[in-house]
Amino acid sequence: MNTREVIIDVENLVKKFGSFVANDHLTFQVYKGEIFGFLGANGAGKTTAIRILCGLSTPTAGKIWVAGFDAFHQTEQIKRNIGYMSQRFSLYDDLTVAENIAFYGGIYGMSRKEIKEKTEVLLNKLEFSSQKNKLISDLPLGWKQKLAFSVAIFHNPKIVFLDEPTGGVDPITRRSFWDLIYEAAENGITVFVTTHYMDEAEYCNRVSIMVDGKIAALDTPEGLKNAWNANNMDEVFLKITRKL
Amino acid sequence: MKRFFGFVKKEFFHIIRDPRTLVILFGIPIVEIMLFGYVITNELKDIPVAVLDKSGDEVTVEIQNKIYSSGFFLRGGNLYSEKEIEKAFRKGHIKQVIVFEADFSEKLEKEGTAHIELITDASDANTASMIVSYTNAIIQDYMSYRNRQLQMPLQINVETRMQYNPELKGSYMFVPGTMALILMLISAMMTSISIAREKELGTMEILLVSPLNPLQIVLGKVAPYFGLSIINAITIVTLGNLVFGVPINGSIVLLMTLVMLFILMALSLGLLISTVAKSQQQAMFLSMFVLMLPTILLSGFIFPIENMPWLLQVLANIMPPKYFIIILKNIMLKGTGFEYVWKETLILIGMTVVFIGLSVKKFKIRLE
Amino acid sequence: MRMLLIILQKEFKQIFRNKVMLPIIFVMPIVQMTILVYAATMEIKNIDLLIVDQDLSATSRGISSHFQGSPFFNTEISQMSAKDAYGKLESDEADLILFIPANMEHDLYRNGNAVMQITANAINGMVAGIGTSIVSQTIMQYNRNLVLNYLKVPDTRGIQHQISTTYRYWYNPYLDSKSFMVPGILTILVTAIGLFLSGFNLVREKELGTIEQINVTPIKKYAFLAGKLIPFMVIALFDLTLGLLFGKLLFDVPIVGNILVMYTMAIAYLLVVLSLGLLLSTISSTQQQVLFTAFFFMIVFMLMSGLFTPTESMPNWAQDVNKINPIAHFMRAMRMILLKGSTMNDVLSEFFILMGTGIVLMSTAIWRYKKAS
Repeated sequence: MNTREVIIDVENLVKKFGSFVANDHLTFQVYKGEIFGFLGANGAGKTTAIRILCGLSTPTAGKIWVAGFDAFHQTEQIKRNIGYMSQRFSLYDDLTVAENIAFYGGIYGMSRKEIKEKTEVLLNKLEFSSQKNKLISDLPLGWKQKLAFSVAIFHNPKIVFLDEPTGGVDPITRRSFWDLIYEAAENGITVFVTTHYMDEAEYCNRVSIMVDGKIAALDTPEGLKNAWNANNMDEVFLKITRKL
Repeated sequence: MKRFFGFVKKEFFHIIRDPRTLVILFGIPIVEIMLFGYVITNELKDIPVAVLDKSGDEVTVEIQNKIYSSGFFLRGGNLYSEKEIEKAFRKGHIKQVIVFEADFSEKLEKEGTAHIELITDASDANTASMIVSYTNAIIQDYMSYRNRQLQMPLQINVETRMQYNPELKGSYMFVPGTMALILMLISAMMTSISIAREKELGTMEILLVSPLNPLQIVLGKVAPYFGLSIINAITIVTLGNLVFGVPINGSIVLLMTLVMLFILMALSLGLLISTVAKSQQQAMFLSMFVLMLPTILLSGFIFPIENMPWLLQVLANIMPPKYFIIILKNIMLKGTGFEYVWKETLILIGMTVVFIGLSVKKFKIRLE
Repeated sequence: MRMLLIILQKEFKQIFRNKVMLPIIFVMPIVQMTILVYAATMEIKNIDLLIVDQDLSATSRGISSHFQGSPFFNTEISQMSAKDAYGKLESDEADLILFIPANMEHDLYRNGNAVMQITANAINGMVAGIGTSIVSQTIMQYNRNLVLNYLKVPDTRGIQHQISTTYRYWYNPYLDSKSFMVPGILTILVTAIGLFLSGFNLVREKELGTIEQINVTPIKKYAFLAGKLIPFMVIALFDLTLGLLFGKLLFDVPIVGNILVMYTMAIAYLLVVLSLGLLLSTISSTQQQVLFTAFFFMIVFMLMSGLFTPTESMPNWAQDVNKINPIAHFMRAMRMILLKGSTMNDVLSEFFILMGTGIVLMSTAIWRYKKAS
C-alpha cells in the first residue's frame, strides 16, 4: 500500500437498464494489494458494478480501467488478469476437486506440469489432499467456498473479485475463509469483495458503501467510524442509509 | 387457505410470465390438430408417376388420362426403356412406372386381354401398396366403363355403409388421439419437470420449510396445469368440431367429467415421475419414454394396436391413453352413454389412485 | 487447440458421470428401434369381420368360406338378427358386418342379381375403407367364378374384355414396411439425441450459475462452443451406428448404398441439429424453455417430414415448409441411400441444403452467444 499504485480506476461509471439507473456516476480507485470492501444493501447496485469490472457487462458511460485495460473494449485482456468468485456457487458439482482445478488452470493456459505441482501445494496447504478425488457435490458448503476461492486465484491473477463469497456459512468458517483472503493479499493479489456482513467490513483495508446506485461513503473502517461517530461498521451503515 | 391461493397464484403467474412457453402451451394443440387435419393424411395425392408406353395407341393414352386426371397422381414424365427406371427411382423423383405392352389396344380387341405392368418404388411399402391399389382401381374402373354393355348373367351387388363416419374422415381418429397426446404432454410432462426443477435448484427445500404443508405445495404446483389442460381440451374439441366436423353425439357433461378424470390421472403420473427424477433432464427423458412415445404409438391413434406383436399389445393395455381414446370415441362419435364406458372409467380411476398412492409413499420416504 | 482439448475433456467427463446420460445413449437406440419399428406398422390385418348369414344357401356358404383363414380378417359367422349385429358394431366387438339376406341365392338365380350389405365401423376410416374394398373384391371374384361355372366356359374373355395387371415392387419385393421405418426412426433418434442434449447442456450451466465463471475467463467463444458441440456429434453418430446395427440384426434392413455417404449426410445434418440446440439454449434461460421450444419444433418438423405419410401428398404450403425442414431432407436422403443405394450425386441437393442451413444456424448461435451483457 506504500506504493499506492492504482489498479482499478473508475470515473463516473454509469449503468442503465432501460430507464433504471443501477450505477449512478460511481468514482473510486482501488490500490494494488489492498482488500477493498464494496458494501451495500441488496439491490444497491454492487453486483452490477462488479460484473462491469469483470467484463461480464458493458457499462453505459464512464471511464473504467481494470489492471490497465479499458472495460469497454479490452474485456478479454481484463479477463486474463483477474479471478472471480460469485455468490452463486461456481465449481462444477459433477467434477472432482482435482478435475475442477485442472480445468480452470487449463483455461488460463497453465501447463500440465505447473497445474499438477500447484495442485499438490494448494491441497497440502488446505489440508485437503485426501479429498482430491471427491466430487464437489459431496463436499460441505464451507469447503466448496474455500476451494472456489482457491481456484479463482489459482492462476495468480492481479485482482480477484469476490461477490458475496461467504453467503450462508457459519462465522467460524467465514473466519477461516478470511484467512485465505489475507494470504492472497499478502501475496500481492488485490481483493475486491462485496458483502453484506458488516463484521466482514472491519477486515477490509478500505470500504465503500453504496446506497441506491451511488457511493455514499469511502474510507478505511476506522475513518468511517470516526466520521460517523459510531462504535462499529453496523452503526456506520445504519446511519448512512438513514441519512439518505 | 388464503396462503394456499396466494401460492397457486404465484405458480400461475410464473407460467404466464414466460410468453414463449405460454405460446407453445396453447399453440401446440392448435398446430397439431391442423397438421393432422391437413398434412398427415393417409390419402394419396399428387404422387409423381412415369409412363413407359410401348404401344402409344388411343387406349393407352385414354388410360393415362384417367390416371392423371384422378388427382392421385402427377405426370412424372415418359420413359423410353426399362433401363431408365432404375436411375429415375434412385433420384427419387418418381414413385411408380406404368408399363403398357406393345400393341395394347389391338390385343385388347382381338384377344380380349391386354397387359399392364406396375413397377413401384416399394422402399416405402405402405405407400407403394396404396399406389398400386389406386392405379389398379382406376384401370379396372376404366374397363368396367368399357364393358358396361356386356352384362354378366349372374350379378351379386354389394352395398356398403360407413357407420359413424360416412365420409371416412381422418379427423375422427386424430382429434381424440391429439387430445390424449396434448393432455398427457401438458399435464404429466409439465408437472414432472416443474417439480423436478424446484428440486434441482434447491428451491423445493425452501418451499418445504414454509408454512405450506406438502399437500398444498403439490396441489399448488399442479393446479395451474389442471386449468391449462382444461382450456386445451376445450380448444381441441371446439376446433375438431368447427374445422373438421367431429361431432359430439353424446353428453357434453359426461365428456368433460371424463376429460377431467384423465387430466387428473396424467397429473398424478407427472407427480410420480417427479418423485423418482432427480433432475429436469431425468424427468424429461422419463416423460418422453414413459408418456410421449407410448401415447403416440401404443394408443391406437396412428397405428392399429391389433396388428402389433403380442408383447406390444400387452404393453398397450397398461397405457392410460388407450382407454381415454376409447371413451372419447364412444361419447363423441358413437354417442353412447356411460354404460358403454364404465369399464374404461374404472381403469382410469384405478390408475390415478395407484399413481397418487405411489407418489405419496415415495414423497414420505424422501422426507424421512 | 489445447484449450479445446481441455474443454472437451471436461464435457466428456461430465456426460459420462451423469446418471441419466448412459441410459439415454445406450438404451434409447435399442428401445426406439424395437418398439417404434414394431409398433409403426400400417399393415391391415385382424379386422373383426362378422358375417350374418340369413340365407344359409350354398352360395352364401361359399362366400363365407372365402373369408375364413384370410390374413386380413378374424371371421365370425352367425345367424343373429341385424339388430344384434349392429350392437356388436357399437360395442367394438366387430369392425365390419357382411349381411347376407335371406333368399339371396334364390334372387340371384331367378332375377339374375342379388344384393348384400357391408356395414363398417368407419371411425377408423382407413381400416373401414380397405376392409370393405377387400370384402367387395373377394365377392366379385367369387361372382366371376360362379359365372364361369354357370356358363361352363374357361374364362370371361368372351363376355368382358380384361386388362391384366402384374406388379413389381422394387427394392422391397415383400412389401416389408419395417425396412422403410428403420431409416425414419434412425433420423428421429439422431434428432432427439442431438437437439435435446446440446440444447440442455449450455442452459444448464446458465441455470446452475457456472456459466458466469466461464465468462470471466479468457476462454475463446469458439473453443467453448465447439466444446459444447463435438461431444454430442460423437454421441449422436455412435447412436446412429448402434441403431443401424440393431436394424440390421433385428429387421435385416437392406444397406444398399455406401455407408460413407450416409455418414457424410449425417454429419451435415447433425451440424444443423446441434446448432439449433445451441441457438435455443442461447435464447433461453431455463431447461424447461429449451425443452418446450425444442419439443414444439421437433413435433412439427417430424410430423411434416414424411415419417409416416408421403410428403408428395401433402398440401403445397406444407411442401414449401418442407423445403426448409431439415428432418425431411435428411430422412429422405437416409432412405434413398440405405434402401435404394443412391449415390452422393443423387443426394447432393439435400447435402447442400443441410450444409447451408447448418452454417446459417451456427453463425446465428455464435452471434447470439455473448460472454457479456
